[in-house]
Amino acid sequence: MALIVSFKKFLDETGNIARFTGRFFSVGMKPRYENRELLNQCYNIGYLSFPLVALTAFIMGLVLTMQLRPSLVEYGVESQLPVMVGLAIVREIGPVITALIFAGKIGSSIGAELGSMKVTEQIDAMTVSGIKPYKYLVATRVLATTLMLPMLTILGDGISLFGAYLGVNIRSVTSIDLFFLQVFKSLDFSDVLPAIIKTLFFGFAVGIVGCYKGFNSSKGTQGVGVSANSAVVLSSVLIFIIDLLAVQITELLGLN
Amino acid sequence: MEAVKSKSVIVIKDLVKGFGDKVILDGFNLTVEKGSNVVILGKSGSGKSVLIKCIIGLLAPDSGSIHVFEENIPGMNEDELDQARSKIGFLFQSNALYDSMTIRENLEFPLLRHWVDIKKEEVDRLVSEALENVDLLHTLDMMPSELSGGMLKRVALARTMILRPEVILYDEPTTGLDPVTSREIENLILKLQKKNHTSSIIISHDMNCVKNTADVVVLLLEGKCYIQGTYQELEQSTDQNIKQFFE
Repeated sequence: MALIVSFKKFLDETGNIARFTGRFFSVGMKPRYENRELLNQCYNIGYLSFPLVALTAFIMGLVLTMQLRPSLVEYGVESQLPVMVGLAIVREIGPVITALIFAGKIGSSIGAELGSMKVTEQIDAMTVSGIKPYKYLVATRVLATTLMLPMLTILGDGISLFGAYLGVNIRSVTSIDLFFLQVFKSLDFSDVLPAIIKTLFFGFAVGIVGCYKGFNSSKGTQGVGVSANSAVVLSSVLIFIIDLLAVQITELLGLN
Repeated sequence: MEAVKSKSVIVIKDLVKGFGDKVILDGFNLTVEKGSNVVILGKSGSGKSVLIKCIIGLLAPDSGSIHVFEENIPGMNEDELDQARSKIGFLFQSNALYDSMTIRENLEFPLLRHWVDIKKEEVDRLVSEALENVDLLHTLDMMPSELSGGMLKRVALARTMILRPEVILYDEPTTGLDPVTSREIENLILKLQKKNHTSSIIISHDMNCVKNTADVVVLLLEGKCYIQGTYQELEQSTDQNIKQFFE
């Protein structure tokens, strides 16, 4: 019985999120556009997340290189280290780790901010003033997360590769030109484009889930905490599901 | 309270609203005349806030009609509701000021949304005038977190009035305030009503507020309008359901 109730709750929640997402296209994309608020959100969501993304990307590149080296040395292919690290960062680790960091920082912040606005009746205040809160609060944030995550991922990938370059130079000496030449020679269009396209979907998922959880926050401060937390958990799970689907689709399209 | 009573601005008929199995409003009827202050009195959980949220269209009733300026609120789509809401002000119990904006931005926000072509000088003038009305012009560039409870209520009142609504709904305007500040808010409500010729529905538990602001008092009991009359009429009643509020 409890299983049926849980399953029904899951279906209800899925339906509600789908309806909420549908409103993004039916309400959020219609004029009048909130361009000023969109720019404001791009600054908050993109620019202010850059230091955290840069730091984690740098450490990720460095650590990945240090961890991979012993295995490659064992097989006598240490010279392939830049190629291996470059492929891993650009195709998979860069987009996914950046998206997870982004979900942790931005998903929770959107969930908590909108949740707090909901419980203090600020969203109702917008509605009664004739302002469409979905358009002003949700559409701008979702657009900002969708546009900013690919940019952060590209920057993060670059910083991560620089970290990898330093990692390579801990035990051997490689010039920066040679390192990046090897990395870029091993990459082609089919490695970069699908990886960037999937970050658009990651960003969209983080924005929608954060806004949905905040918008549907229950009364009280506890509800705000739950919204922030569940926004991070659900968007992280969705990032892995989208990643799985993206891999399947790129394989089907012969891009792998 | 010398109101011009010529026309009904709000007419509610047979309003029913429930949540799940629980019926909150069960055939509620009310008429608000132009220029009058109607105070809705009732116990906690009796449906007072639900009633004004139905009037402003934040909640959809299960059945019945709510006519504001002869237009039925429950039958409206979102755009029509936005239009109707420009004539209705709502003062939230929690004030609901946007805490990420300064006081100036809080007041500018509805103005810039409603009057897209309004000039900056006109916005500045209206914002200053609204804050002057509540004696808080000096708070223009402060954040809501820097103000006291009474000041927040006055700023919220200024924001409610800035679009010059014809009807104002007050959700417990004096709850949580000390007696002196409560009296200030009551006086402000009356002053602004007189100045702007508005009609009001005031939800309140505070009997001083009821006494000072009401033209008509309505007792909401078991989802219905139990009785309606002036403060003095209800105060003299021997009915136990009414007396308990005045003891």
